Amino acid sequence: MAILLATFGAGTFVWTFGHHDEPAVKAAVKDPNERKTAPDFELKDASGKIVRLSDYKGKVVLLDFWATWCGPCNIEIPWFTEFQRKYKDRGFEVLGVSMDDDGWKAVTPFVAEKKINYRVVLGNDQTGDLYGGVEALPTTFVIDREGKIASVHLGLSGKNEFEAAIEKLLDGAGPSDNVEARRKSGGA
Amino acid sequence: MAPTLTIEPLSTVKVTKGKVATVTIKASLPEGYHANSNKPTYSYLIPLTLKWNPGPLQMDSIAYPAGITERYGFQLPTDKPLSVVTGQFSITTKFKVPADAPSGPAAETGTLRYQACDNKACYPPKNVPVNVTVSVE
Repeated sequence: MAILLATFGAGTFVWTFGHHDEPAVKAAVKDPNERKTAPDFELKDASGKIVRLSDYKGKVVLLDFWATWCGPCNIEIPWFTEFQRKYKDRGFEVLGVSMDDDGWKAVTPFVAEKKINYRVVLGNDQTGDLYGGVEALPTTFVIDREGKIASVHLGLSGKNEFEAAIEKLLDGAGPSDNVEARRKSGGA
Repeated sequence: MAPTLTIEPLSTVKVTKGKVATVTIKASLPEGYHANSNKPTYSYLIPLTLKWNPGPLQMDSIAYPAGITERYGFQLPTDKPLSVVTGQFSITTKFKVPADAPSGPAAETGTLRYQACDNKACYPPKNVPVNVTVSVE
């Protein structure tokens, strides 16, 4: 198995190649004091409602850049649907950003067919640029309750890897996730 | 990093008025990447397509490479193998040359659209310009 160290916007991760049961990117959850703020954006959902990432502050968010024509994305989407159902009551949300050029014409039937139970918005190149130029799909960011990027996953990743990150951030229960960082910085 | 499909430069194609002319485009993808064939396995996949703009010749037919069927690491065991193109491949277009076509050099332009993936990720569809110079005799 080949391993490649790379840097992507919010930090360093290890890229591995192997079967899809294995993670494409072993994106360790960063320490709270190493996390960068997830850029805010305004995008429309299928009903035309404006959705801002900042609307989700206080929640752990799995931000998934995907497209209907992306095979690896299709593997992850059922996992994210499961996560949405499993963790929603603990302050977790999945937000899907579709990068389909054909817009809702392509996305709406796909969302219905896949029974996607989380909010989906239409992204664009500007949105991708905010996140370092999202080119490979899927690209997924797990964001902590304070709106900071805790892990980045490029390409098809492992279900367990996502779940471990979500659990860790949920258990961090928001501000307490930053206890160590505040202690180091001399805060309360 | 998104793969770049490259097209081999074409030399001028000599065509004869009232006859059929054949233009073959040779393209290639870097190792480790694949693009959907013109007839992808699933309807939601974006096919390899060549579109010619209106020009002095009349497009008659396009012959795409037969896709090879492959399974990839991102597929579920229940998924069908994908029909893809990899490495080098050719697309052949037959043009009808009108009997009244003006003699001399002319250009045929078009766009080759593809959507590529590797074993873990997919990349947005891209359009590559295709330019052929023909000499009408």
